[in-house]
Amino acid sequence: MADLAPASSPYVLTAGTAVRHGESRWRIIARNAFPFLVVALAWEVTAHLGVFPRKLFPPLEEVAAALVRLTATGVLPHHLLDTLIRLLAGFALAAAAGVAIGFAMGRSRRAEDVFLPLISIGAPIPGLAYAPLFLLWFGLGNMTAVLLVAFVSAFPIVFNTWTGVKAVKEIWVRSAQAMGADDRRLLHHVILPGALPYTLTGLRLGLAQAWRILVGIEMLAAVPWGLGWMIFGAREFLNTDVMLAGVAVIGAVGLALEKLVFQKLERYTVVRWGMMS
Amino acid sequence: MSAASKGAMERATSAYRAGLTLLIAAACYETVARSGVFPAALLPTLPKVASTLWTLLLDGSMLEHAGYTMYRVLFGLALAVAVGLPLGILMGRFRAVENFVLPLASALMPIPSLAWVPVFILWFGLGNTVAILIVFYAALFPMLLNAWSGVRAVNPLWLRAAGAMGADERALFWKVIIPGTSPFIITGLRQAFLRAWIAVVGAEMLAASDWGLGWVIFDAKEFLNADVMLAALAVIGAIGFLFERLVFGSLERATVMRWGMVRSAKG
Repeated sequence: MADLAPASSPYVLTAGTAVRHGESRWRIIARNAFPFLVVALAWEVTAHLGVFPRKLFPPLEEVAAALVRLTATGVLPHHLLDTLIRLLAGFALAAAAGVAIGFAMGRSRRAEDVFLPLISIGAPIPGLAYAPLFLLWFGLGNMTAVLLVAFVSAFPIVFNTWTGVKAVKEIWVRSAQAMGADDRRLLHHVILPGALPYTLTGLRLGLAQAWRILVGIEMLAAVPWGLGWMIFGAREFLNTDVMLAGVAVIGAVGLALEKLVFQKLERYTVVRWGMMS
Repeated sequence: MSAASKGAMERATSAYRAGLTLLIAAACYETVARSGVFPAALLPTLPKVASTLWTLLLDGSMLEHAGYTMYRVLFGLALAVAVGLPLGILMGRFRAVENFVLPLASALMPIPSLAWVPVFILWFGLGNTVAILIVFYAALFPMLLNAWSGVRAVNPLWLRAAGAMGADERALFWKVIIPGTSPFIITGLRQAFLRAWIAVVGAEMLAASDWGLGWVIFDAKEFLNADVMLAALAVIGAIGFLFERLVFGSLERATVMRWGMVRSAKG
């Protein structure tokens, strides 16, 4: 269950190249761009030499053209929007249920004993393996996709919230009680902030998980719109350029979720409170 | 009451409650399944699932499916280790390699492995190759990044101490860097396996070949065989669990714990 582990994983810490002292901004940009140029050049040469059929291995300008064309006609934004709505709906469900269950498990021994066996049984099964079962139960379409995303991404959230609540120092709780905090204040001012670094890690892992599952389930659940469906549908027509454009957009969204959403959130909460540097 | 016996009692209560939860969950499921609210084909009773699992195990087909899936996972994982481990170590040791590989890895990492399935199907056709490559892609990044951070996390004092005691580059590598990196490498292997296990199920569903646990589940959907699906799910869960606990647990005990690099998590 390493994926559920509370320790912040190295990708989160180190993705992207660290800025080194005494390096000018242009040098950093050049350093980061260089490998992409090399790979792009190799791709172009291979594509133009005609080693593989052009239909299957389009040069990059065709992929870029497909990207521009799809964006201009509004097809790609529509796919993207539907995917994002599904992601948000599923993730919101998972976050609400996951944090609640995790808190209950951390605070009450009884809840822990009830939920832990269920979670330990559910967690080792890869999320997508549930997909056909969900399809059978809830039919093709949106419902299945959202529920599966919620179900699968709830696991890391529960697991980390639970660990976080248990990791709140006993002495903080006791000193707050000694200073006359009632249960509500205790929860609000001590346990909630204390568990937050873990909860945020759980939410971040959950979102990453949701994103991975969503792409897969969109291919399987025959939803009318969605990025996963777009690339899977393009296969039928050998539109490799559309597929690669779709893959690029998927990667960009994944990166944006990580960089823009969670790093900001972390800076405004736990880092500001001095719980994490 | 002494602290030890109190702890033992608490543990016994927990185990009892855990067992009770599972029993109640099973009973609830069974009641719903037997009540006939949902069609029996969609919600088979537990004995039906168990007997299906038993039949499939006896006639060997489930084992064969599991064998194919394991072959794909292990092949892909081995490739990922063969590429990711040396590359990660090189990244940790040489700035130039890091500067070249890290931006590429950061750009490719956010792309879920399943997004490549349609592209790979076009390039390599349906079948084993796609599944193995998807596993490779999924497992590569955890391996690479953990090896890289492991090498960077090796205490520089150890390197200097070994250097001062006259270790040459080779001894330094085998005696200091590799053992020092090993907790990270094992974490990487663990994460890589987990990713690989998720990826292989998805790849088998999408790039339908005739064998494999993912394919069984997906194929059973066509015939409304929910019992076969649940049986295959149980097998998938069991294999994942076994690997996580037995293989990686004992690997950890045989290496990093014995070398005193990490202590066992629960005393």
